[in-house]
Amino acid sequence: MSDFDQFRRETRAWLEANCPPEMRRPMTSDEDTFWGGRHAKFSSEPQRVWFERMRDKGWTVPHWPREYGGGGLDAEQAKIVRQEMAAIGARQPLTSFGISMLGPALLKYGTEAQKKEQLPKITAGLIRWCQGYSEPNAGSDLASLQTRAESDGDDFIINGQKIWTSYANFADWIFCLVRTDTAAKKHDGISFILFDMTSKGVSTKPILLISGRSPFCETFFDNVRVPKSHVVGTVNRGWDVAKYLLQHERAMISGMGERGVGRPLGQIAADSVGTDAQGRLEDPMLRGQIASFEIDEAALTAAAERAVDLAKAGQSHPTFSSAMKYYGTELNKRRYEILMAAGGIDALEWESERSKGGARPRAWLRTKANSIEGGTSEVMLGIVAKRILDLPGA
Amino acid sequence: MALVLTEEQSMLRDSARGLISDKAVSHLRQLRDAKDATGFSRDLWRTFAEMGFSGLLVPENFGGSGLGCVEAGVVMEEIGRSLMPSPFLATAVLAASALLRGGSAAQKSEYLPKISDGSLLAALAIDEGAKHRPLQTDMQAVRSGNGFRLNGAKAFVVDGHTADLLIVAARSAGSAGERDGLTLFLVDPKASGVATERTAMVDAHNAARISFDNVEVDADGVLGEVDRGGGLLEAVLNIGRGAVAAEMVGVSEEVFARTVAYLKERKQFGKPIGEFQALQHRAAQLYIEIEITRAAVLKALQTLDGNFDHAGAAVAVAKARAGSTVTLAVQEGVQMHGGMGMTDQFDIGFFMKRARVCQELFGDSNFHADELARMKNY
Repeated sequence: MSDFDQFRRETRAWLEANCPPEMRRPMTSDEDTFWGGRHAKFSSEPQRVWFERMRDKGWTVPHWPREYGGGGLDAEQAKIVRQEMAAIGARQPLTSFGISMLGPALLKYGTEAQKKEQLPKITAGLIRWCQGYSEPNAGSDLASLQTRAESDGDDFIINGQKIWTSYANFADWIFCLVRTDTAAKKHDGISFILFDMTSKGVSTKPILLISGRSPFCETFFDNVRVPKSHVVGTVNRGWDVAKYLLQHERAMISGMGERGVGRPLGQIAADSVGTDAQGRLEDPMLRGQIASFEIDEAALTAAAERAVDLAKAGQSHPTFSSAMKYYGTELNKRRYEILMAAGGIDALEWESERSKGGARPRAWLRTKANSIEGGTSEVMLGIVAKRILDLPGA
Repeated sequence: MALVLTEEQSMLRDSARGLISDKAVSHLRQLRDAKDATGFSRDLWRTFAEMGFSGLLVPENFGGSGLGCVEAGVVMEEIGRSLMPSPFLATAVLAASALLRGGSAAQKSEYLPKISDGSLLAALAIDEGAKHRPLQTDMQAVRSGNGFRLNGAKAFVVDGHTADLLIVAARSAGSAGERDGLTLFLVDPKASGVATERTAMVDAHNAARISFDNVEVDADGVLGEVDRGGGLLEAVLNIGRGAVAAEMVGVSEEVFARTVAYLKERKQFGKPIGEFQALQHRAAQLYIEIEITRAAVLKALQTLDGNFDHAGAAVAVAKARAGSTVTLAVQEGVQMHGGMGMTDQFDIGFFMKRARVCQELFGDSNFHADELARMKNY
């Protein structure tokens, strides 16, 4: 038996013993996601137990080094943990932008002091982060951002506005792109800086979306004072950090396309449209749509697995996450179009308890942002065309 | 297992590519234009045998290399890239798998060494109607003497006109549509009552229609169990589907590489057409489709090697995806080559023709989508 087989056996046994049955059920509402942070609340006792056991094992982020609160696992072991969690339907114990976005950037560009200060608070779920990237006039053209950071002794004074800041109103800290040199070319005068959202001069205002919910905010900075030691990487070279982080963000968003919503689509559809004597969906066109969706979903899952294995083998293209982001988000939109069609008029209810407050239509509308946030589908295709296919620039 | 090729598999790919890539398309074009009676190069097949490709799936004790479906897929992908007409699929993949999985000790020792050394060509005769519907097999096998008498007709028999051995699916019990009652037979194409018509196909690859008029097969000619050949047939077909999916990945890749090169070189309005965003985005989408399909196909091949009895869904996914991806690839390839893409002189049309045939081979994308839905009970 190889070491990996042994590790898999141990992992399986540990998960079996430690993952509460409630945490193996598909998530059905936003409350099922635990985000951590200063004001974190557990929605149930099993959620608390599961989080604390995983945290104590270092498995909120299994592949980060132990010294920063991770599990210290290598890529193969981390894959085994993911696979074994998936096999029993175990939920993520902790979801955070600190894990999926900031952490990888800090590990690559942060100073030792920054890593020691920030990473353990991420793995322990103590600090909830938000991302200050987009601005009202800097969306797809992100590098044209105008939020300014002016030098004042050991500090920067930050003024400006961000938009589409996910959960800024719940976040404790922000990782933020600011302009530190207004004379340089647009990509060359940007810095990547971290600060506390309770700093004087920071305010947030939720934006009401088509889903009737407000996951995004406008975020305002009015003379916010931030120590220069909070810059990650080199001053004016923040674009390198920003791009690197975006690759991780895109990989995370692409994962939505392969994440089932619990029961298989075919079964969900069977409940509402019924089946014929052979057990086939009564709506043959819908059945075909679901089957071709599931084919693409299975293929994407294989591609995600392969992307990790290619990276491990040193054979991956650095911007391949753009390809995955494009496909995963378009696929997730398709999933929800099918879910809406399968649900028919039942999926149109917006407020009733029966519909869990319109959970399905609201989730459907939320997915429309998938192909916009983190870089639009069109931006992703442009990156693939230029960086991977090497097609000539305009 | 990591979803990437191992070092040995990459070496196999390099040696297959080294052997046939310089003959890409030109070889097929010559055979087509000469109306070559064989339709492939026997010399090249001998070289395939010397390199161990013909016996790739055959165990070492029968003279083969004892490799698996991933390795067969590696060779098929290179065949797809170069559009090389080759007995590899019919003989080395389908027939070898059928004999290996269903053959008696005597059948294995008679045929497998000859497949390995390249001296025996075989063909699998399944389809009867316009679409691949193996359970609809209606060809009759009636008990006669110590064996059976076969009556019926097969179509789309890959390499049927050159085969030394036919593996034929027939109904020994039950009626069309039923899984039970199918039996596989080994039939000598020279036997009395067998009539073979070579059918020139759109892709200039080899196929035949074969009719069976009171063909006598004795008990030794039964491959596997009488009336219970459905499972064996499904197993062989799944290996074939994985192999053809890999071929389609090869076709897709090659068309795509040629198309991207053309986008960089062809100038209109004073600039390379690859500068136009309308084309850039379509090229990027196609690249992404191909990469995702490649992963799905490798997954299916690995599952066939590692967990054969549970490979059905992965194979359906791979064959369906590869079919829709290659269909997109060849259409975009011709369109982006403009008028040149419509000419016979330009190679790109050969890929379009082969892609259409690969779609039909062992079930098209719709067939496999339906299969997947059936497996998942909806």
